[in-house]
Amino acid sequence: MSAEAMTLFSPELAARFDALVERYPVRRSALIPMLLYAQDEVGYLSDAVIDEVARRIGITPLDVRNVATYYSMLRFVPAGRYNIQVCTNISCMLRGGYRIFEQFQERLGIGHKGVTADGVFSLEEVECIGACCWAPAIQVNYDFHDELTEEQVDAILDEYRSRSQKAGSR
Amino acid sequence: MPRLVSHPDEVKIVTRRFGMGASKIDRYLELDGYASARKALAEGSDWIINEMKASGLRGRGGAGFPTGMKWSFVPKQSAKPKYVLVNGDESEPGTCKDHLIFLHDPHAVIEGTIIAGLAIGAKMGFIYLRGEYRYLIENVERAVAEAYERGFLGRNIFGSETEFQVIVQSGAGAYEVGEESALMESLEGKRGVPRIKPPFPAVVGLYGGPTVINNAETIATVPHVLAMGGAAYAAVGSERNGGTRLFGLSGHIARPGVYELPMGYSLRKMIYEVGGGVRGGRKLKAVVPGGSSTPVLLPEEIDIGMDFDQVGKAGSMLGSGGVVVIDDQTCMVEFALRTIKFYQHESCGWCIPCREGTDWLKKSLTRFHAGFGTEKDIDNIQYLAENMMGRTFCPLGDAAAMPTLGFVKKFRKEFEDHLHGKPCPYAHHPEVELV
Ligand SMILES: Cc1cc2nc3c(=O)[nH]c(=O)nc-3n(C[C@H](O)[C@H](O)[C@H](O)COP(=O)(O)O)c2cc1C
Ligand code: SF4
Ligand code: FES
Repeated sequence: MSAEAMTLFSPELAARFDALVERYPVRRSALIPMLLYAQDEVGYLSDAVIDEVARRIGITPLDVRNVATYYSMLRFVPAGRYNIQVCTNISCMLRGGYRIFEQFQERLGIGHKGVTADGVFSLEEVECIGACCWAPAIQVNYDFHDELTEEQVDAILDEYRSRSQKAGSR
Repeated sequence: MPRLVSHPDEVKIVTRRFGMGASKIDRYLELDGYASARKALAEGSDWIINEMKASGLRGRGGAGFPTGMKWSFVPKQSAKPKYVLVNGDESEPGTCKDHLIFLHDPHAVIEGTIIAGLAIGAKMGFIYLRGEYRYLIENVERAVAEAYERGFLGRNIFGSETEFQVIVQSGAGAYEVGEESALMESLEGKRGVPRIKPPFPAVVGLYGGPTVINNAETIATVPHVLAMGGAAYAAVGSERNGGTRLFGLSGHIARPGVYELPMGYSLRKMIYEVGGGVRGGRKLKAVVPGGSSTPVLLPEEIDIGMDFDQVGKAGSMLGSGGVVVIDDQTCMVEFALRTIKFYQHESCGWCIPCREGTDWLKKSLTRFHAGFGTEKDIDNIQYLAENMMGRTFCPLGDAAAMPTLGFVKKFRKEFEDHLHGKPCPYAHHPEVELV
């Protein structure tokens, strides 16, 4: 393994990959979850991540890219530390999803797929996230926030901002 | 944590263990967990399939195909390994029932997967969850690890000579991957582009082996069917529609939530009694009865029983069981636009009628809603949608066209109200004044 590859993924992630690829009848079945887990750790699918995943699965980087571009959660540029995903699909729309989305845009001063200058937040309008009966719903990274009101938007931003400060000062 | 609701008319079969801590294996066992899998192991494949056929259980993923029959199509002998694939991609707008199952009762999904494996003679099952459901993926993975520890999964399940392995798989964001052949492609590490059928998955599926694909709710229902007996389960529902279903009430409903009701339960009662009626005392304008791909119903069309056949007769579909309630202050053109925007975003782009059709529909509806539509556009929207129907490789094209046709046909007047440069006559965000 190259020195760069050693530093690209944490030992935990590398171990997870090794375990994952062995479980399936075909190694390639690990590709999509592997890309997502790598993205969680590195932040996005950089050229180095794509090359490394390709090498570990045993396919070409072009092949990896071809697959990865299909999936909406996979990204090729960094997002904010906290990626806010606001559902505006029908059930959320009927209960104020667009107003929630607009409010995040105003507060953060960014639009769809924007990232704040300090890199703390990014924003996305997303399709249904499977929380329709608890609408309007958003996800911040993988955390759901259900039955949102406009008043809660500021509180949510404050909460993650303070988390970010704690994480930053560690 | 999503809120649980309840109503006296509910018949709790699949939701029986919700809120009882059953995602931990000891609690699940206290609540009769894994008894059906043990019984299935003792009784064998023919018995399982017969009970499933007797139950009248029809697939909860959308199409309502009889589960017992689906399992019986898998050849007994096969040179290639057979597989069970549980569909937890749950991405149809209006649908969040599998979310609750994975959260509250993951062992029921695992147990159902084992039983499906025993029925068809598979040694391996996959539980595929949409990637956004990370916390649920972790919950199911944890439950799978518990089942391995107890010896319920592995080389010798329940101390027998039978092997069954389960792998939990994460998606990475794609509605189309919920289509069964695209799901197999995704699990094989490819883009979620569907396969041409035939061959059907029961004959040539995952890794080329015979494969049974079922929705997560269907699979979670299986242990209960065997525990009650197929005939008793069938008796709960309506004719040719066995059992109960998890209906998700969302939109402008007073008490949104997932309710387990018998198949054939009145849509009117579901809205006005179970769901407490339209929010804020408003009037009902329309209902989308089974997820965003099912054609809209008018207030005068809700005196029907909610099962596959009755909703079909009413010109729509039971679909995923996601009932979206729409009040009288909603702009239906905007609703149609938001619906088509979704399908345009999710089209895999393989066939032209779907790729181009959804794109043109989105463009036309956007322009129309902005007040720049012409009379002819209304007919064009209808013409476009009609020409997508039945002309695509997978049902996503129909799923986009059908609701569009419903909106145009049933709300033509609202489309006309947007003509001649008029601004949308309905509030842009209709709920602004409410609450
Ligand atoms: C575009 C599209 C998306 C679908 N999404 C899902 C899904 O998220 N979950 C699901 O169970 N079935 C979904 N289906 C239906 C599946 O193709 C398949 O019929 C179903 O999983 C079979 O399970 P069942 O017989 O238990 O219903 C979808 C179908 C289409 C055409
Ligand atoms: S109908 Fe749409 S989603 Fe389905 S194969 Fe064709 S382009 Fe892809
Ligand atoms: S429509 Fe927003 S979560 Fe389903």
